[in-house]
Amino acid sequence: MLYFTRWKAAAIVLTALVVCLFAVPNFFPEATVKSWPAFAQRRLVLGLDLQGGSHILLEVDTNAVRKDKLETTRDDVRRVLRDARVGYTGLVVRGNSVEVRLRDGASMDAALTKLRELSVPLGGILGGSGQRSLEVTTEAGNLIRLTVGDAAIVDRVRQSVEQSIQIIERRVNELGTVEPLIQRQGTDRILVQVPGLQDPTRLKELLGKTAKLDFRMVDIGTPVEQALQGRAPPEDDLLYSSTAPKTPYLIEKRVLVSGAELTDAQPGFDQRTSEPIVSFRFNTAGARKFAQATQENVGKPFAIVLDNEVISAPVIREPILGGSGQISGSFTVQSANDLSILLRAGALPAPLTIIEERTVGPGLGADSIAKGKISSYVGAAMVILFMLATYGLFGLFANIAVAINVAMIFGVLSLLNATLTLPGIAGIVLTVGIAVDSNVLIYERIREEVRGGRSPINAIDAGFSRALATILDSNITTFIAAAVLFYIGTGPVRGFAVTLGIGIVTTVFTAFTVTRLIVATWVRWRRPQHVPI
Amino acid sequence: MRLLRIVPDDTKFDFMRFRRISFPLSALLSILAISLYFFHGLNFGIDFRGGTLLEVRQIEGAADLAKMRATIATLGLGEAQLQQFGGPSEVLIRIAEQPGGDAAQQQAVTKVKAALGTGVEYRRTEVVGPRVSGELLSYGVVGLGLAILCILVYLWFRFEWQFALGAMIANVHDIVLTIGFMSVTQIDFDLTSIAALLTILGYSLNDTVVIYDRIREMLRRYKKLPMPDLLNASVNQTLSRSVITHVTVSLALLALLLFGGQAIHSFTATMMFGVVLVGTYTSVFIAAPILIYLGVGRGGDALTRPEGDKGKS
Repeated sequence: MLYFTRWKAAAIVLTALVVCLFAVPNFFPEATVKSWPAFAQRRLVLGLDLQGGSHILLEVDTNAVRKDKLETTRDDVRRVLRDARVGYTGLVVRGNSVEVRLRDGASMDAALTKLRELSVPLGGILGGSGQRSLEVTTEAGNLIRLTVGDAAIVDRVRQSVEQSIQIIERRVNELGTVEPLIQRQGTDRILVQVPGLQDPTRLKELLGKTAKLDFRMVDIGTPVEQALQGRAPPEDDLLYSSTAPKTPYLIEKRVLVSGAELTDAQPGFDQRTSEPIVSFRFNTAGARKFAQATQENVGKPFAIVLDNEVISAPVIREPILGGSGQISGSFTVQSANDLSILLRAGALPAPLTIIEERTVGPGLGADSIAKGKISSYVGAAMVILFMLATYGLFGLFANIAVAINVAMIFGVLSLLNATLTLPGIAGIVLTVGIAVDSNVLIYERIREEVRGGRSPINAIDAGFSRALATILDSNITTFIAAAVLFYIGTGPVRGFAVTLGIGIVTTVFTAFTVTRLIVATWVRWRRPQHVPI
Repeated sequence: MRLLRIVPDDTKFDFMRFRRISFPLSALLSILAISLYFFHGLNFGIDFRGGTLLEVRQIEGAADLAKMRATIATLGLGEAQLQQFGGPSEVLIRIAEQPGGDAAQQQAVTKVKAALGTGVEYRRTEVVGPRVSGELLSYGVVGLGLAILCILVYLWFRFEWQFALGAMIANVHDIVLTIGFMSVTQIDFDLTSIAALLTILGYSLNDTVVIYDRIREMLRRYKKLPMPDLLNASVNQTLSRSVITHVTVSLALLALLLFGGQAIHSFTATMMFGVVLVGTYTSVFIAAPILIYLGVGRGGDALTRPEGDKGKS
């Protein structure tokens, strides 16, 4: 156990050295490290609990997706039947299906052929599941039922998440923060992590808005009072203004131009009133539609509707042909700015709900780093002193081995670009405990072998070979616990599992190689007559 | 320089006889812990119960807890707990989960922030919605169970089933007592507590395995030694190591407990109890003596066979 060939010793020293060196970039400012070669740039990432920032988990509203899908299906059915000139008496959404009753049984076949075209295979071109977006069935009494299956909803939610991620990226990037992390979690969730944010209120406002913008006509043919009594015409929506007092408006369901046809939106100030506004520009198709609509409706009011709230309802004074315009509606500078960000980024396909939020202010993060440092230094100092007092020279060997071990942990963590959290620091401190234990196991075994009457070199040799089996056994069990923790944990807990797991691996490595090499070198050099422990 | 010897060489403490005290004692404590869990309960944090947690700091002067409490009480958010957290200007506010789903939780935060105004700095804000909290709890429980199972299977492969069973009993004993401790102290039971429990599990096993390793070695070497004597010898031989290791771990934990700050205080306090007090006691007084009852075989099983034969069984 104590004999090392020259190349083996060199390999051990080299491995330990290289791994330790990977920790070096952490001690230099980021700007300095930037000029180093790429392989030397890897460093620890501080977790949100240490550097401050927001962790926000969003969920796509599945019910809204389902409702939207059912309503679009109903509108599609209406359009298809009208185009095919098929008469019907009732068209309703019931549960998970759209039901339509035909006036005449003779047109059944024609209607079915047309309606089946609405159903498309799921999963795009690669979809091999054989499932379709709609299931078309018939019942007695000329009733056709189009059912939206769960698979179709799941598919739609999946698409929504993908689109939402892109839109959220655009929105968050406008905040000008460093390296936001936006990723899918599970089937219907999106994780947004923004480091170094002072106040998450604005971020949450930007994330929480669907930002669905529509230009629609105000229905002036029906008095609003009638709608307030619950008798709104079926082709209209009763909507309220976005600012207090909440004025009711009767707005046509038909959309003149939608926000999807905007190419740009910028905050600005009105030249006459100097109040904040948002000016926008349509793309070619949108500009043409808007021009046509305004030409036809001069003198009538239209409404700018954002997320089912009327921002403003101006009267069209003259046709707007240039494809650009401005929205004014009691904005503040901030809200005009936010609205233009939202409009540029585009509307979310479905509303998102915040289901978990964890925000740490930068002050607390700095405090935690300071406390983590102090407790690590104090802990390390106490352990070092205790080992020296207990094992003397061998205690010194143990301390060197543990120091190398800790340096290697930082090296591996940097190499993996791992995230260091406060529980992660606790993990490192505990690893010091485990690393010391491996030395204690070896030394206690050597003591025993000495008492058993072996010669010093023999005892050391036997001590190592017997203790190492135990070290392996005991560390594997702890490693299993760390692995499970990593698997089930999120955020800080996972940070703890990572450092603990890496710590166990480096501990076993140092116990088997570094400690052994140090002691072997000492034995070769001093040829001891007795073991000083 | 004379070296420190906490445990003298050649201790001959009769640990096995002590089982007549330790077993009933552990049984009693376990029952106590379980009844505490059911009748006193755990102080579930927002991770598992849902709700809102705000850590605020009064920017100037000390925080007036009574005034803050009164301000928040007027908001009609139901149960709200306020406590000093760290320094005199720092306050931890917990608000119970609001009825009305995820959006209602966010509204509660907005209300509190509006009510407290600009005189305070928000150091931490955590909002956990009802669905997430349910998932986190089930993940935690599943994780704990999974960890115990994995370790059990590993020990079963490495040792004999009796050892695996003994280690498992010792482990469950540790977890039960630690949960009892959490119930008595009403420490926040959250995700970090699950991490603490798993670490205690790992450490305690680490310790148990060291002793079991020695027992296995002794079983191979002394075929005729009576079981209690053999177990006693094994525990005594590893006693020095157990004590030294626990002193070092305690020193590291003590540093975390004293200087690590409030954020990991409950974590380290739980660890201190679980690893230092319970873990050590368990490996010596429960895990080892229980092998007497589990009937570790000395006949034709793998333990007493030479190493090389193991693969054939």
